[in-house]
Amino acid sequence: MSGKLAVTTTVNGEEHEVLIEPRLLLVNMIRETLHETGTHIGCDTSSCGACTVLLDGKPVKSCTILAVQANGREITTVEGLETADGLHPVQEGFKEEHGLQCGYCTPGMMMTSVALLAENPDPSEDDIRKAISGNLCRCTGYVNIVKAVQYAAKKQQGVTA
Amino acid sequence: MLPSSFEYVAPTSVDEAVQALAAGGGDAKVMAGGQSLLPMMKLRLASPSLIVDINNIAGLDTLEESDGMLRIGALVRHGELERSELIRDRYPIILDAAQHIADPLIRNRGTFCGSVAHGDPAGDWATVATALGAELHAVGPNGAVVHSATDFQTSMFETKLGADQILVEARIPMPKPGQGSAYKKIERKVGDYAAAAVGVSIVLDGMTITEAAIGLTNVGPLTINAADAAASLIGKSIDDAEAIEQAGVLAAAASDPASDLRGPADYKRDLVRVLTKRALRTAGARAQGKEA
Repeated sequence: MSGKLAVTTTVNGEEHEVLIEPRLLLVNMIRETLHETGTHIGCDTSSCGACTVLLDGKPVKSCTILAVQANGREITTVEGLETADGLHPVQEGFKEEHGLQCGYCTPGMMMTSVALLAENPDPSEDDIRKAISGNLCRCTGYVNIVKAVQYAAKKQQGVTA
Repeated sequence: MLPSSFEYVAPTSVDEAVQALAAGGGDAKVMAGGQSLLPMMKLRLASPSLIVDINNIAGLDTLEESDGMLRIGALVRHGELERSELIRDRYPIILDAAQHIADPLIRNRGTFCGSVAHGDPAGDWATVATALGAELHAVGPNGAVVHSATDFQTSMFETKLGADQILVEARIPMPKPGQGSAYKKIERKVGDYAAAAVGVSIVLDGMTITEAAIGLTNVGPLTINAADAAASLIGKSIDDAEAIEQAGVLAAAASDPASDLRGPADYKRDLVRVLTKRALRTAGARAQGKEA
């Protein structure tokens, strides 16, 4: 058995120091050690994107990263989106445009969308569809997810929806 | 799904990483992006006793041109290549490949060098490296070692990289005047490996092909260097449809695909022929400055 390692990581702005096995996956640490269960485990084989979180601002699949690799780095999960001012524009978009049905893919879908809009505030439909191509949704057919991201883009640019 | 237990170190210099790798014996593995290694560990296809994580080593994220070479450090992710203006302006084959590797999330993590070192015949970068004649710079206990991308793979998931060596940088010759390149890939869906893919690089003098290299992805147990197909093009015009067809036929003959969920072997072999022709036409147009 390998010994546990001390890892210091910032999740949604809060610093955590945890003692974990090297083989623990980032998604396990987020859900089971830190009890932030908004991030979902879907396929567990890096195919579906339900576990998407931001690692130093970039969307990644947290089932395919070791938790120890988050040492000294910043993680943002879906719990980190809402602020004192209310829902994040992406969250509001998914709510207003019915961007979800069962909701399982939604946290990952939203994290990818947040990262897209940070890089490209005015994405075309094609840009959106390409950006979410690593996040699978088996309910919606993606139409309302695209609308939700478009809603958020307008909202963030200060256009009244 | 957790991997088997392993020891973990995250050194901050290449020298320390080489020492850690040597101390770990043949059972240690280097992890950069981990997007192939970690899934294999979760499925127990790999159970290394030690992971040497190179993500904390400064200076391995180099992506620049110097001394006539494009340098791609061991921590350069697929997504960085996809978003790089330098790549967009000067290395169209790299942009072609980067845009269709796995999915955008995996591209934020997986690396060019890690893909090449992984030795998977389905890996896109080994083909690109073959077409562009890349040098693969490794460091081992006895110092620096340079491997050629062209004959780097020795069998499926095996390469010339020693178990005690770390691939620290790929170096690709800067484009010559009249050089054009392209990568054409057919995949069933985002995230899947190629049913077949072809990478080509040519150099034109006027309309005459003076240099050519062709690599094939996922159509055999190795990344394939279709040398006969490339050689058949030398001295021919890029507008010579018969010569382009002949190169496609020779590239297909060099492939050795297996029938699987992505299609029967005959279909894949014909994909190689067609994709080779398409790649040559695109590379030819780019060499003449007709297409970005």
